[in-house]
Order: sequence, then C-alpha cells, then structure tokens
Amino acid sequence: MIEFKNVSKVYPNGVKALNNINLFIDKGEFLVIIGLSGAGKSTLLRLINQLIPVSTGQVIVDGVRMDTASGKILRNMRRKIGMIFQSFNIVKRMSVLSNVLSGRVGYHPTWRNVLGIYPEDDKQIAYKALQRVDILEKVHNRASDLSGGQQQRVAIARALAQQPLIMLADEPVASLDPITTVQVMDFLKEICASDGITTVANLHHVDLAWKYATRVVGVRAGEIVYDQRPSQTTKNQFIKDMEIVYGRPIHHDEFVIEEAVV
Amino acid sequence: MSDRIIVPPPKRLGQTLGILTVILVIVASAIFARFNIIEVILGLQRGGRILARMFPLPGWFGPLMETLQMAVTGTFWGALLAFPIAILSARNIVDVPWIRVPLRFFLNILRTIPAMVFAAMFVAIFGIGNFSGVIALVIFSFGLVAKLLFESIEAIDEGQVEALRSLGADTLTVIRYAVLPQILPQYISYTLYAFEINVRSAAVLGYVGAGGIGQLFERALAWRRFHEVGELVIVSFVVVLFLDFFSAKVRRSLI
Ligand SMILES: Nc1ncnc2c1ncn2[C@@H]1O[C@H](COP(=O)(O)OP(=O)(O)OP(=O)(O)O)[C@@H](O)[C@H]1O
Ligand SMILES: [Mg+2]
Repeated sequence: MIEFKNVSKVYPNGVKALNNINLFIDKGEFLVIIGLSGAGKSTLLRLINQLIPVSTGQVIVDGVRMDTASGKILRNMRRKIGMIFQSFNIVKRMSVLSNVLSGRVGYHPTWRNVLGIYPEDDKQIAYKALQRVDILEKVHNRASDLSGGQQQRVAIARALAQQPLIMLADEPVASLDPITTVQVMDFLKEICASDGITTVANLHHVDLAWKYATRVVGVRAGEIVYDQRPSQTTKNQFIKDMEIVYGRPIHHDEFVIEEAVV
Repeated sequence: MSDRIIVPPPKRLGQTLGILTVILVIVASAIFARFNIIEVILGLQRGGRILARMFPLPGWFGPLMETLQMAVTGTFWGALLAFPIAILSARNIVDVPWIRVPLRFFLNILRTIPAMVFAAMFVAIFGIGNFSGVIALVIFSFGLVAKLLFESIEAIDEGQVEALRSLGADTLTVIRYAVLPQILPQYISYTLYAFEINVRSAAVLGYVGAGGIGQLFERALAWRRFHEVGELVIVSFVVVLFLDFFSAKVRRSLI
C-alpha cells in the first residue's frame, strides 16, 4: 500500500531529516512510528502525502509515484489519504459540520468548494462520520467550543469523510489526557480494523505503540533502527528493545495508559 | 448502512427571531392599516414629500451624503481589491517571490502617500468631481488594508492550511477554508478602520476639487461666510465622531 524506496530528505536549511529509508507498509496495517524528538517521524509521515517533497528516492502509494505527482493527480491521491494532527488543525471558526464537509473538497470542483455548497449525499457521509466517532450531537457547534478530545474526533470524522484508503496520524494524542487518549486511539484502531484503512501513526509513548500497533517502526537520527510486530515478541522484550530507539532504557513511569486502562 | 441520518437544523435563535419580528411587524401594520404594500410605499413617499416641505433640508445635507457615499464606495472597492493582493503578498500561501517582492515594494510606497496627494493627482488626471475623490480613497484604503492584511495572513495558524492541503484542496479552496475564516475578523476590522480615515479624508477632499462637503468649506471660506464655515465644521465633527464611535465599537467586538 505504501512503499519507500531509498528515500532521503534534506530540508532547504541543510538539515538531513531522513537518510535512505526503505519501508514497505501492507494494506490494513496499524503501523506506529516511534523515536526521539527530531528523529524524523513527522517528516516520514509527510512524505507519504507529499506535504513536503522528497529529496531523493521514491514514495509509492497505492501503485502511484507520489514523489513525482503534482497538480490534480497529487490532489486526487491526497484525497485518499486522511491525516490527523497533534494540534487537531480543524478550522476553529467554522461549525463542526462545515469542518467534516471540508473532508469532501477533494471530490468537488473549486467553485463548489468556494461556495461551500455540498450535495445531500455528502451531508449523509458527514453525519455518519460524526456518528462513528460519537460526536454527532455537536454537529452544529462551533469547532472552537469543543474540548481537545472532541476536536480530535471531529478531525477524525473529517478524515473519514474523505473515505480514505490510508490514515496518517502525527502524534494524535500528544495533547490529550490519558482517558481521552485511549478513547481517540480506540477510534483509530476500530476504523483501521473494520474498514481496512492502512494507518500510520507517530506516537511518543511506547505503551501506546505496544497496545495498538500491529507493527512498530523505530526511527533514530533519520534512519530506521527497529522494526517489529508486538504479536511476535513479549512486552518485556519490547520495552527492553526500546533502548535501541531511544538510546536509554524506558521506565514504567513513562507510560500513559496504565491507570486509564484498568 | 444506507439508513439516512436526520439531523435537526441548526438553532439560530437570534437570527430567526429577528426575521420573524420583521415579518410580524410588516403583516401587523398591513392588517392594522388595511393597506396593501404598494399603497404603503406610495403613502410613505407622499409623507416624505410633506415632511421635506415641513423641515427643509439644509444646504450641506446633499454634499454630506455625497461625502459619506464617497467614503463607503472608496473603502469598499479598496478593501475588496486588497484581499487578492494581500494573499499574493503573504509568504505562506502562494509564495511566488517574483510577484511577492515587487507587490510588497509597491504597497510600501503606496503607504507613504496621503490620500490628499492622490486626490490632487487624480483631479489633474480625471478632472474636478467626486470620481477623482473616490479613486483616491480606493487607492488609499487598498494600500492600508492590503498591508495590514498580508501581515495578518502571515500570522495565521499554518496547521489549518496544512490540514486542508492534506485533504486534496487546491489553493483557492485552501484560502476559502483555512485562510478566510482565520483572518475575516481582522479583515473587517481593517476595512472599518480604513472607512474611519476615509470619512475624514472625504470631508476635506473637496478642497482639491474632488467632491463632497469639502467643496462647501472651500466656497464658504472663499466668500468669507464664516457662519457657514462654523456650521460645516460642527456637522463634519459630529458625523465623524458618530461614525468613529460606532466603527470602533464594532471593531472592538471583533477582536
Ligand atoms: N521545515 C523544516 N525545515 C528545516 N528543518 C526541519 C523542518 N522540519 C523539520 N526539520 C528538522 O528535521 C529533523 C526531523 O524533524 P521531524 O519533525 O521529522 O522530527 P520528529 O521525529 O517528528 O520530532 P518530534 O517528535 O519533535 O515531532 C529535525 O532535526 C528538525 O529540526
Ligand atoms: Mg513530529
């Protein structure tokens, strides 16, 4: 579904964020990327939908070369790729409904988007997406009036309205409390599992990675240093291996969900 | 899967109440007076004519209205024109350096020239009359709003822009969803600010022959009719004060 072939990324200021990445992500996978701050996780994610251009190498999504795509082809590919963010990035001065409907912009001509007139079918898609993340009752609220967890659910609904094949999540729970964290992660997991949406999520907490991922990839200084399926290792071994990624042992008090899960 | 979800329409209480009240008042007054709407309008016109004869409008009324009209028209077109230019001048949305750099240079130059200078220039080009005044005000408000606006655009939350791009939006769609909602309050505020200044400028534009109440000033001064000058000063003062007050109030409520 997603393939990186010898991908490197050097930012215009000379920072080498990624170095010769090779990675193949299967359809339906829930892949979690972990790594220290500055390791290159966000960069890796943004190369998938080309929010930033690659420097060298190829990124292939659903059989299409993303690194050379542009214009309408690129926009049509992005439409298939939902993305949610640490800071939610919903439009705060619009209603929840308008936000979720904006997930449909990739399907319509510009004039329609600019006028903001959506067909009734789109509204049904939006309502269903909101229902799915259990926030339909806020449909007419202003987005800025919602709590962080609710805003993130609206962001998920917006991505669902795209009817995507892939879901990217850049630290989706980093600004949420433990209870809300579990709730949002559960929604992502459920969507991945029941719709077969390939999910790639950057997470800061190894216990979340252990609990939700079907596969964990560790990035360190722009390189992949770890690649393992939680189903094929023990939790203790997994925690111990994290030293490879973080360069130091991980302690129990760095877990977020212990108290929330029990 | 195919069950349709029925969602009640949004509750816009204030808006609905307002519309209902207006309809109610119209219907009630129509029933009460047993007038049809055309008769009502005709009646109002007749009433207006009688009223005008009872209380004749002072000589400055027409030019004052012309002044305000000039200020409104000038501000409106200037602010409208400012929007696309501000988008092109901002670094974070379109980002074409060979358009942005000269535009910014141009805007900076524009900001150094007072509206009166433009007015005098346009009177020389287009001749005496309020058209020259309006053009001067268009250019002045354009320069002011465009400069302030592009700085606001550069300060927006880029996360929303990135999110829209990730949805597959093209640039116009990004502007509509991720830029416009974020800058709309400032945009309106800058426009009102330009309007405040324009009312004041428009009041004196007549001095260089660019229409409005300033022409009366000039004439009254030339004929040494100082009681008229005094009257005009008071009228202009009151109107400017009144508009400033309301405009400032609206602006404060926006930020
Ligand atoms: N737009 C940019 N321009 C220049 N350098 C950048 C840019 N974005 C990121 N970098 C640099 O690239 C490297 C990788 O950044 P990236 O954001 O991918 O890390 P990350 O793993 O997501 O970190 P975090 O956990 O803090 O989000 C860092 O050294 C960062 O400073
Ligand atoms: Mg990051």
